[in-house]
Amino acid sequence: MKGLAFDVSHLLAGGLVLLSFVQLYQNRLYALLNVYSLQAFVLALSVAWQAFVQDESHLYVTAFIAFLFKAIVVPTALHRVIVQLGIQRDVENVVGVGPTMLAGLALVALAEVVMLRIAGDADVLAREDLAFALSVVLLGLLMMVVRRNAVSMVVGFMSLENGLILAAAGAKGMPLVVEISVAFSVLVALVVIGVFLFRISETFATVDAEALDSFRDGRR
Amino acid sequence: MTGWIDATIVLLALPAATAALLAVLPSYRVSAAINVAAAFIGFLASASLFVAAPPPNAYIVIDDLNVVFIVLNTFVGFTASLFSATYIAHEIETGRIKPAHLRFYHAMYQFLLFAMNLALIANNIGLMWAAVELATLTTVLMVGIYQTQAAIEAAWKYFILGSVGVALALFGTILVYIAAQPVVGEGVQAMLWTNLLEHAPRFDPTLLDLAFVFLLLGYGTKVGLAPLHAWLPDAHAEGPTPISAVLSGLLLNVALYAVLRFKLLLDANARALAPGPLMATLGLVSVVFAAFMLYRRRDVKRMFAYSSIEHMGIIVFAFGIGGPLANFAALLHMAMHSLTKSAIFYTVGQIAQVKGTQQIAEIRGLTVSHPLLGWSLVFGVFAIVGLPPMGVFMSEFLIVTSTFARAPWLALPLALGLLLALGALVLRMQSMAFGAPLGSTAPTRSSTLPILAHFALVLIAGIWLPPPLVAWFHHVAAMLR
Repeated sequence: MKGLAFDVSHLLAGGLVLLSFVQLYQNRLYALLNVYSLQAFVLALSVAWQAFVQDESHLYVTAFIAFLFKAIVVPTALHRVIVQLGIQRDVENVVGVGPTMLAGLALVALAEVVMLRIAGDADVLAREDLAFALSVVLLGLLMMVVRRNAVSMVVGFMSLENGLILAAAGAKGMPLVVEISVAFSVLVALVVIGVFLFRISETFATVDAEALDSFRDGRR
Repeated sequence: MTGWIDATIVLLALPAATAALLAVLPSYRVSAAINVAAAFIGFLASASLFVAAPPPNAYIVIDDLNVVFIVLNTFVGFTASLFSATYIAHEIETGRIKPAHLRFYHAMYQFLLFAMNLALIANNIGLMWAAVELATLTTVLMVGIYQTQAAIEAAWKYFILGSVGVALALFGTILVYIAAQPVVGEGVQAMLWTNLLEHAPRFDPTLLDLAFVFLLLGYGTKVGLAPLHAWLPDAHAEGPTPISAVLSGLLLNVALYAVLRFKLLLDANARALAPGPLMATLGLVSVVFAAFMLYRRRDVKRMFAYSSIEHMGIIVFAFGIGGPLANFAALLHMAMHSLTKSAIFYTVGQIAQVKGTQQIAEIRGLTVSHPLLGWSLVFGVFAIVGLPPMGVFMSEFLIVTSTFARAPWLALPLALGLLLALGALVLRMQSMAFGAPLGSTAPTRSSTLPILAHFALVLIAGIWLPPPLVAWFHHVAAMLR
């Protein structure tokens, strides 16, 4: 049983990392959202599996929130934002796909090297999960850095947050996991509302975050 | 400790209840008065913590370290609410803010005080994280309140960078829990400061190291340390000025407090990496970077925002250098910077209101047209760049001296940064304060009381610090190692 618990949680956590990579090279926003949605679904499975293995019923709540909110509600809302703004094709990378993927590989290697150095003091399951979680976090950061478009930045942030929830669920007996996932849901909801209320059509010509750079000091 | 009601309950319940009340009150004059009154009671309650601190429990902890932060926070929160009352009246007249937004503004102000108090007194690292997140979200909303393009962009930038900071800090928090869990045991017990500090020597050092890197980057974003500072100048320049004062004077300190707490954990573990050099490096980079950036500023609020980056850099650097003297100086500098910088923002806010602009080039001859504001600006700039006999001089002097004692070769770039910043600020101040007046000469109607009170405190602190206060700071400095 121990072996199986281990293998399944590895499989799911590894799936999250893989899906982070898939997000890195998407060049259409709809596709990006679909991949993100799938990642949130895998996260929900992973958290639910942790709930089962650790026998912590409150983690099922977290899994449910991840499923309902992140896999369904937020992608749907963002989908509508994209339609409203007419920016389906606007995934512009600052860096090309090749270098981005290489950087992603390096980040994952870094995460593994850092985490596997940790002595056996901590729970093995938690440690291995952490290595995956850190990879997802770093890949999410990478995505926020290489994307110019505000919606894909939001997706990058949410994918980063998936890594956090994975880490929190993997930490044995950690309290407040449910509260944290709720807090993050609120945060993400506000981000999405922010994009809505940004009044991009009124005040900005584009959601391009590079437009924000014009706001740097040089102009004023 | 008198019965069931103690100061910490007042500190949390009062702002929360007031926020709810202000959210429904229609009249902005009444709201402003209530805002001031609630902030004042909060200050009194925090001052009472010096005398009688409640024992730590699973939710709150009051020790010598956070009392300093709480009292400073509630005091500046109170004076900022005073300033805000007159500032807002002017904004209503000029139509920059609509009355409906104002209700929101006042409710958010109290909510921000609540979140910051919670962050400072929380005993639980998860609770503290959530409180910092709340405080950030609240300020994001307030920065965007003018709803101009620039304000919304500033708020968005702050939001994204702040969220990344929050996320990194959470990852660090989780790592601390994982480090603590085998030693302290599962559940809430492994997230309490009181337990963590006691058992820190037996934590896994690698996990702690990694956790601290994330926490330093995460909360460091909020402190405004150099590579992560990008949100800070925009947020300061585009929001209402009382919020600029609160951001610089309070919220940066709250984030700094979080970093300090985790530094204590690492200090307690002999096998973990020393957090000092990391903090000193980030701090020094911020000082030098901000000093250079000061020269190209054209917006006065933005200029003082860069000055905040510089001073937070100095403080983090001093805590990084460590030792009783540097810690003492860092605490003193933090208090002095909060008081001076918020007073400067009160002054600058009024200047911007009477002149109708924040552009440095369009402000001239303030000492002629508005003597009180003009000379306040002169005094404020002299105080913040660290000229004697003001309090900032004393703390900066102590920091440079202790740097010479502990890491002499670091004193050079630090002194360079300080001098560069002095040059830039005095240069810009001269052009604004002296010469022939430019633009409107309409008299100001805002209250100058908060400005004068802050400057008086800064001046007195530079000349004579009360011995009990010195003893208190020394005690905290020793606790920080």
